[in-house]
Amino acid sequence: MLERALSGSQRYWSWLIFLLVLMAIGFACYLYQFKVGLKVTGMSRDVSWGFYIAQFTYLVGVAASGVMVVLPYYFHNYKAFGRIAVLGEFLAIAAVTMCLLFIFVDLGYPKRIMNVVMHPTPNSILFWDMIVLNGYLILNILVGWNVLAAERKGVPYSKWVKTLAYISIPWAFSIHTVTAFLYAGLPGRHFWLTAIMAARFLASAFCSGPALLVLICLIVRKVSRFDPGKEQLRTLGVIITYAMIMNVFFFLLEVFTAFYSGIPGHKHSFIYLFSGLDGYGKLVPWMWTSVGFGILALILLIVPATRKKEDTLAVACAAVIISTWIDKGMGLVVGGFIPNPFEKVFEYWPTTPEILITIGVWATGFFILTILFKIAVSVKEEVAS
Amino acid sequence: MYDGGKIIVGLIIGLGLLLSPFLYNAGKATKAPEPQLTPKAKEAKVCVANTNFMTTKHMQLLDRWRDEVVREGKRYYKSPEGKVYYKSLQVTCLRCHSNKTKFCDECHNYMGVEPFCWECHIAPKEKE
Amino acid sequence: MGVSRRKFLKISGLSVLLGLGGKAAFELLAPGSIDAAMEPAPIGEGKRWAMVIDAKKCLEKQEKDGCKECIDICHRIHNVPNFGNPKEEIKWIWKETYEHTFPSRHNDYVSEDVHGKPFILLCNHCTNPPCVRVCPTKATWKRPDGVVMMDQHRCIGCRFCMAGCPYGSRSFNWGDSREAPKELNPDFPTNMEYPTRSKGVVEKCTFCAERLAKGQIPACVEACAKIKVNALHFGDLADEESEVRELLRHHYAIRRKPELGTEPNVFYLI
Repeated sequence: MLERALSGSQRYWSWLIFLLVLMAIGFACYLYQFKVGLKVTGMSRDVSWGFYIAQFTYLVGVAASGVMVVLPYYFHNYKAFGRIAVLGEFLAIAAVTMCLLFIFVDLGYPKRIMNVVMHPTPNSILFWDMIVLNGYLILNILVGWNVLAAERKGVPYSKWVKTLAYISIPWAFSIHTVTAFLYAGLPGRHFWLTAIMAARFLASAFCSGPALLVLICLIVRKVSRFDPGKEQLRTLGVIITYAMIMNVFFFLLEVFTAFYSGIPGHKHSFIYLFSGLDGYGKLVPWMWTSVGFGILALILLIVPATRKKEDTLAVACAAVIISTWIDKGMGLVVGGFIPNPFEKVFEYWPTTPEILITIGVWATGFFILTILFKIAVSVKEEVAS
Repeated sequence: MYDGGKIIVGLIIGLGLLLSPFLYNAGKATKAPEPQLTPKAKEAKVCVANTNFMTTKHMQLLDRWRDEVVREGKRYYKSPEGKVYYKSLQVTCLRCHSNKTKFCDECHNYMGVEPFCWECHIAPKEKE
Repeated sequence: MGVSRRKFLKISGLSVLLGLGGKAAFELLAPGSIDAAMEPAPIGEGKRWAMVIDAKKCLEKQEKDGCKECIDICHRIHNVPNFGNPKEEIKWIWKETYEHTFPSRHNDYVSEDVHGKPFILLCNHCTNPPCVRVCPTKATWKRPDGVVMMDQHRCIGCRFCMAGCPYGSRSFNWGDSREAPKELNPDFPTNMEYPTRSKGVVEKCTFCAERLAKGQIPACVEACAKIKVNALHFGDLADEESEVRELLRHHYAIRRKPELGTEPNVFYLI
C-alpha cells in the first residue's frame, strides 16, 4: 500500500517538501544542540523542563484521543466511525512518534537512551511511560495498517486485529494516565501534586485530539475525493463539546481548591500564570489568550446551531486547539517549576534553536501523518470507485 | 522486469557507495601501533594484571571497576601478587601511564574507538 | 592463563547456559580478580550518615567575614565550575536566606537572628529520596549507609530527578564544564584527582563518597573545623553515641520541608 504515498498532486509534493525543509532546519539545530549541550535552550537549573517536554505532554493527549473514534467503532459498533477509525489510529501513530522524538531531543545524554531498557527501573514512572508509549505505537501501527489492508481487499479484518483494537482502548487511557503520573507524584511541586491530574489530562486530550481530527478531516475532504462524512464530524463535535466542558470544569476545580483553601504553595503557580508573581509574568498574556479561546470554543460548541454548522465547528475546533495547547504546551510544565523550591521566581522562555527543533519535530509528525493519510485516503477512494 | 535499467543502475550505485570506504583505504594498511610505556610503567614491570589480559580486556576491567567503585563503593583491588591498588583511572592508571597520547590514543584512533572516559576524567599534562 | 581446556569449556558452557554472557565468563577467567575485588563491608552497612549544621555558629562567623570556606573547598575539590549565571549554575553546597531555605516557616515577625540570614544548603541525603524514586536508569540511588549517590556514567540527562527533588539540590550540566568562562575559573579543573562531568548529566553533593571510602569526613565539615568554627558536624545517626546524636539530643533542630515525608538527613540547630 506504501506506493500510494509516491504518487500525488503537485500540491501534495510541495507540502511534503515544505515539511522536509522544516525537518532539515530542525535537524541542523539539533546537531548544534547535540554539540554544545542543552544550554542552547531556555531551560535552566530552576525550570529544568521546558518546551520539549510540554509538547510531549500535549501530544500524548493527541495520541490518546485516537481512542475517541476507535472506542465507539470497535466497542459500541458505531458504524459511522468505520469511515474514520483508521484516520484516528494514523493520527495516533504520528502523535506518538512526535512524543518519542520530543523525549529524545530533551535528553542531555541521548547516546545513552538505551540505559532505560538495559537497566529497567519499575519504580520510575518514566520507565512505564516508555513501555506504554512504544506499546501504543505498535498497537496502532498493527491495527491501523491491517484494517486498511482488509478494507482495500474488501474483506473483513481478522479476529486478532479486533483483539488488538480492544487492547488499544484501555492502552490509550494508560498512556495519558502514566504521563500525568510523571507530574502528579512529585512532592514539593504543588501545581502538579493533584489527584485530578490524570483526569484533567484525559479531558483536555479528548477535546484537543478530536478537534485536530475534525480540522484534518475537513482538509481531506477539500483535497481528495474521500468524504469523512457529515455525521462523523457531527459526532466528533459532540465528543469535543463534552470533553472541553470537562476540561474547563476540572481546571476550575483546581482553582477552587487552591484559592478557597488559601494554601500559598497551591496558589503561587496560578498567580504566576494568570497575574504574575514578584513582578514576573511572561506567561500572563498567553494564559489569558488560552482563557479567551477556551470561552469562545465553549460558546461555539455548546450552542447547537454553531456546533452543527461545519464552518463554525471548524472555528471552535481551532479555538479548542489553541486554548489547550497554551494550557498544556506552555502553562502546565513551566508553571509547575515556578516558583522554584526556594519560592523564588526564575522565568523561562524558549530560545530560537529550541523553537526550530520543536517545529522540526512537529514537521516530522505531520510528514508521517501526511503519508499515512495519503495512503488511507487513496485506499478509500479506490474502494469507493 | 519493469524499469530494469533503472534498477540495475540503482544497484550499482548502491554497491559502489557500500564499497567506497574499502576502496578508499585499499592498499593503505597501517601497522597497529604498540602502546608505549613510560619509564615509570617500565620500572613497575607488572600492571594490575598481565600484559596480554590488559591489552585485550582493559575495557571490561575498567568498566567493572567503574561500577564497583561508584556503585558498590569497592575502591581497592588486590592483584594476584598481593599488591593493593586504588581503583581509579585518573589517579592510579594514568599516574603510571602518564603518556595518554602514546599509550591510549594511538591505539584507540587506530581501532576507531572513542571511549567517553575523557569527557570527565582528566588526562595528565604531557611534556612534549 | 592457567585454565585447562576442560575447565575453560565447562566455564564458558555454563556461562552461556546461564545467560551470563561476557561479564560472568570474564569474572571466572580473570586471574585473581574475583577474590581480590572483595573487600569487607566497603560501604558502611547499617550506618546512616547525617549532617548537623549549627546555624548560630555559622551565622556568627559569616557575620564577621562572610565566610564561605565550606563552599570553596567543596567546589574546588570536586571541580565544580562557575558559569557566572543562575541559568547554568552548578552547586553542591551553597547559601540561601532563611526565608528561602525554610519557605513554610517564615512569618512577619521572625526573629532578627535568622531573618534574611544566609543558611548553608546541600543535598539532604533523604531517607526517602524522591529523586531516586523517579530515576529511570538507577543512575541515582540510596546507598546502604544513607548516601544518595550519583553515577554519572549511567545518567541519561532526563532531569526527572531535578523535577522530583523538592530542595533544588540537583544541578544539570547544560554545557561542557571545561568550557566554563576562563576568567571565573582560572585554574579549572582545580583537582586533578577528581573527574569533571560531561555535558548532559546531573550532579550533586555525594557527602564526599570518595573521602568516606578512605575513612575521612566530608571536606566541608573538615574545612569548618580547620578554621575552628565547628558549625558543621558529620556522623552516624544509627550510632547513639555519635556526636550528631548527642547534638540532636540537646538542641532544637529543624529540617527543610519535613512535611513532604522525604526525611532529610541534614539538620539545622537554630
